[in-house]
Amino acid sequence: MSIFVDDDTRVVVQGITGGEGRFHTQQMMEYGTNVVAGAVPGKGGQEVEGVPVYDTVSEAVEEEDANASVVFVPPAFAADAIFEALDTDLDLVVAITEGVPTQDMAKVNKRLEEVDTRLIGPNCPGIITPGEAKLGILPGNIFEEGNVGLVSRSGTLTYQVVSNLTERGIGQTTAIGIGGDPIIGTSFVDALEAFENDPDTHAVVMCGEIGGEDEEQAAKFIAENMDTPVAGFIAGRTAPPGKRMGHAGAIVSGSGTGTAESKISALNDAGVPVGDTPNEVADHIEDFL
Amino acid sequence: MKLHEYQAKDIFAEAGIPVPESRLASSVDEVMEAVEDIGYPAAIKAQVHVGGRGKAGGIKIAMDEDEARQAAEDILGMDLKGYTVEKVLVEAGVDFENELYVGVTMDRSAGKPVAMVSTEGGVNIEEVAEENPDAIAREHIDPAFGLHPYQARKLVFDAGIPRDVAFDVASFLSTLYDLYEANDASDIEINPVMITSDRDVVAADAVMNIDDDALFRHEDLAAMEEDSYEDDLEAKAGEYGFDYVRLSGNVGIIGNGAGLVMTTLDLVDYFGGTPANFLDIGGGAKAERVANALDMVFSDENVDSVVFNIFGGITRGDEVAKGINEALESFDEIPKPVVVRLAGTNAEEGMEILNTELVQVEGTLEDAVQRAVENAQEVSQ
Repeated sequence: MSIFVDDDTRVVVQGITGGEGRFHTQQMMEYGTNVVAGAVPGKGGQEVEGVPVYDTVSEAVEEEDANASVVFVPPAFAADAIFEALDTDLDLVVAITEGVPTQDMAKVNKRLEEVDTRLIGPNCPGIITPGEAKLGILPGNIFEEGNVGLVSRSGTLTYQVVSNLTERGIGQTTAIGIGGDPIIGTSFVDALEAFENDPDTHAVVMCGEIGGEDEEQAAKFIAENMDTPVAGFIAGRTAPPGKRMGHAGAIVSGSGTGTAESKISALNDAGVPVGDTPNEVADHIEDFL
Repeated sequence: MKLHEYQAKDIFAEAGIPVPESRLASSVDEVMEAVEDIGYPAAIKAQVHVGGRGKAGGIKIAMDEDEARQAAEDILGMDLKGYTVEKVLVEAGVDFENELYVGVTMDRSAGKPVAMVSTEGGVNIEEVAEENPDAIAREHIDPAFGLHPYQARKLVFDAGIPRDVAFDVASFLSTLYDLYEANDASDIEINPVMITSDRDVVAADAVMNIDDDALFRHEDLAAMEEDSYEDDLEAKAGEYGFDYVRLSGNVGIIGNGAGLVMTTLDLVDYFGGTPANFLDIGGGAKAERVANALDMVFSDENVDSVVFNIFGGITRGDEVAKGINEALESFDEIPKPVVVRLAGTNAEEGMEILNTELVQVEGTLEDAVQRAVENAQEVSQ
């Protein structure tokens, strides 16, 4: 089994005619993902990689029965594209776009309360159920079918940890990059809850980083609600206080919350071993299985 | 992007928030002209992007001409936490009875903006937040509707703002939220708001930071950006458009994605080395950007070795390899040993292109970092 996506997922790609949209549509299809449509205003009637393009998402849903979308729309129009997707009762929207203004995402976040659609991202690598479907930009060849779930705030760190798992023959049920922006759709807790309810997921990796309090909240959830064992990794132990490390919203306030130490100790208190290196995370997972 | 106090105050004043009379000055003579117009007492305030200016000696009150001249000489050109003071705001001193705090920022846990009011203004509000959180009244704001007037009233009453000025502070707060929204601010704060002896409310300070991701729709604000960097390398990173932080060690680090770059830093430390920098080339970098990154790290004289850690997703290994080749082939002699670790999208194509006479290649993250740490130890000996 898997969470959120499988081989029944029928994908519409928003922004399919752009450079990234086109390249990754091809990559997703090569992986075996069911890409059934593209949606780009004004480009209806075209074809990309043999996929029909519609002017609106609702047309793509009506004509091709899409139930999920992947957003490759530039930042200035990304929130609007997400709103459009949320208005069509899709099950899932995956927003890859980096650099969506935070106040736009606050409005999207408000809309999410009113619909049944799940949003993953923005500024994320997407989601993959190995052997079935990938929605996003993750390099498919490093993943393998198996029984470990993975949820991460960082895209490239996801790839790193997955390759450490795959190299020793540990496959994955589903891997999700939730994105590191201040406001995101699916949280650690949402993903952990879904993994807990998936009988095929026997262990979970959770990769966090400095900034925010999401990992602390996840630790609380794990302690109170999870039987499935979880191993963790936290990036940014050496980040100097007060410096912003990149785009990830990774800000250490220096006041004791949001630091690597506070996240690691919250996870340890919840019974979650935290690796010093990505390889050590794989060691812990190996011990669980 | 951070605005200076004087820039934020211009925006506040235009929106109808009262601010003290002021002039901007960049020389002692200009300061003296300004105080002549404004009178005494006058505050001379350094315009630099650092917190705690007052404690660090960047704000002085002058009661007469001698004190104004002395303050101007002391502050202009001074080094404030690594930044040189080039401009000061000369401002009329306010005769106040109470100091308040008001602010609007994004509460990332709630995914909503939050407005805050406290009667404990004029001091370090972060300390208040930590030690006595109940002293700050808070209201979450529905971003679809904005701050309702009733919420602004509730905030001032919850915070215990004196009744005779409560409605003034509430309307102040509404204006502040409108500015926050209209300008895509990441936060906007006034600390302190002063209540004068005539019971007027005045913004005695102004903090306004803009969401960098939203600057594309605020050309007017983007044009107000005044670059100031702690050193030449950070200035260079600004020109190249890199997320770069200079650190004190000797292992130069280049990678893609903030999480992976931070992990690389952590591993350098884990293997007994010290990171010289954080440098994220971002997603989808082309060859030129990769070459610029290498140029960037080589120009740090503390760097004794470099590690490239790329795990391609949207970034393609062949583009990265091209950039590394281009940068290194331009040297007669490679300045410092470079270790490359390339994985993910098009990594195999990248490995074929990579000029392995110029770099050391390692297959795993751990091996690459360990080798770079060893290289640095050898070079520095």
